[in-house]
Formats: sequence, structure tokens, C-alpha cells
Amino acid sequence: MPMAEQQPKFGAGDRVRVRCLNVKGHNRTPWFIRGKVGTVERCHGAYPNPESLAYGGSGEPAMPLYLVEFSQRQLWEGYEGREGDKLLADVFEHWLEPA
Amino acid sequence: MSESHGHEHPGMAHDEELGYYARRVRAMEAVLVEKGIVSGEEVERLVAEGEARTPADGARIVARAWTDPGFKNRLLADAKAAVAEMGYSESESLPDVVVAENTDGVHHLVVCTLCSCYPTWLLGRPPDWYKSLTYRSRAVIDPRGVMGEFGLELEEGVVVKVLDSTADVRYLVLPQRPAGTEGWSEVELARLVTRDSMVGVSRPLTPETVVG
Repeated sequence: MPMAEQQPKFGAGDRVRVRCLNVKGHNRTPWFIRGKVGTVERCHGAYPNPESLAYGGSGEPAMPLYLVEFSQRQLWEGYEGREGDKLLADVFEHWLEPA
Repeated sequence: MSESHGHEHPGMAHDEELGYYARRVRAMEAVLVEKGIVSGEEVERLVAEGEARTPADGARIVARAWTDPGFKNRLLADAKAAVAEMGYSESESLPDVVVAENTDGVHHLVVCTLCSCYPTWLLGRPPDWYKSLTYRSRAVIDPRGVMGEFGLELEEGVVVKVLDSTADVRYLVLPQRPAGTEGWSEVELARLVTRDSMVGVSRPLTPETVVG
């Protein structure tokens, strides 16, 4: 696991909202979680920023990457599974704010 | 395109018309080789390394986790370090892996909605359905429906957790050990562990399917 260059802002159990950033071009944040509130499951460490890497940049500074858990019922209208079903996605720190 | 990019592809370019993407990849490879960014030998070595990996690699890891609780704990805590114990020494340069354990109450399903991120160095190349737009979109919206089409119906009360992976961290499902395998060796157990059970669209094989 890569070393974090900065102390991660969030820890396991923190409630976070996915920001609706206007990033033009490549990014790794799925549209279906933008604006949604989830819970940090873990911090994976810091990884080069793909929004810079994709265009020949260095990816520095590396950004903390979190596994964030969302309730499926919150993500999809008319979700047909169970109440407790979850979706977990990896989200870079600059896409998250406290909720 | 250039035929002089460091090595030959005997028989390929001449007896068969290459498709658009194959020609495009060849052209990119030729430019990268000409500029000295990669060599033809490096490309061949990476292709060979990729082809050498199969779901049998993941199955060995799952079978060890089923038989060795200490290994399982290390695998769940830091999969790369645990897998290195089994001789996957080149794992430093490869994407990180997190292992998600299925239990009586939770079933995991892995997808990459963005493209096709997959724990390739433990499972080999992903199957075509994993890369299809259909699987990538439906696995998140209707995971139970998708699993049903693979023949998997979960017990009442089991929660589904879908893992949407991206490039930096890959997910491998640790399925539940099938009943009736008490006393089985690691090698015997590994025969029950299918690729699909490590993606989460099915369960491992049952003892009846491999015995007799």
C-alpha cells in the first residue's frame, strides 16, 4: 500500500457526501454516487491522481483513496433488492466532503 | 504500418485482415518501440506474463484461506503481503488487491462500471461478459437479477454488497467453503473454486460435482 503524502481527512465510519465537481475529462467518480451520502469503510492509502495521470501529468500530489459504502435504496429509485444491500466504490478525497 | 518494430508477427499480418482496433494497437506499439519507450521484447514479456495467469492462481489462495485461519486473517488484512507468501514475488509492481469475505450474512459481487478493472494477476484475463456494458451497468442497479441469471439465488436474509472497482485497487471475493468438504486438502479444495465464484456471480462447486 502506498504511503499517504498527507494525513487522510476521513476515517472509517465517517459520513461523507460525494461532491458534484465539474471535472472535465477523465475521472474515476461514477455519476450515480455524485451528491449521495455514504459511510467511509476504509482508507486504502494515497494514490497518484488519475485526473492528472490521464493527460501525461505526474499524478502528484498523491490523494487518499477511500472505499465508501452507500445504501442501494438511496442510489436507485425502485431498487428491488433488500433494504440492507450496499454499493461500495473507491473515491478520491477531493471528491468527498463531510456530511 | 511498419513491419520493422523489433520483432515479427509471423503469419498474422499477411493471412488475415486485422480489425480497426488491432491495427490501431499495432500502430501505437510501433511508435512506442520506434521512440524507445518500450521494446518489442518487453511487450512480448508482458503479454506472456499476463497469459500465464489463470483462475487457478486465485483458487490456490482461496483454498489456503479455507484451510489456514492465520493466512485468511493476513489475506483479509493485507492481501498483497499474504499472497507474496505463496510465491507471487512480483506483486510489488501490480495493483493493490482487497479480498472481500462472503459470510452467512453478506455476499459480495465485483464489477468495474468504468471499464474492466479486475484482479488480473490472480485470475487471469477477465471474461468478456465482465467487460460488457450490460454487466457493468446492471451489476450495480440489479445485482440480484444478474446473479439469478448466473444461477445464483441467495438465502433469505443475505445482504448484497457490490464492489465497484477502479484501477488502483482490485477486489477478489473469498467465497464460503462448501459444506461436505471437511478434511479436504488445499489441492482438493482448489478444484472447487471457480473464477465466477471469486467475482461473486456464483458459488464454488459442490463436492458432488468433482467426486466420482
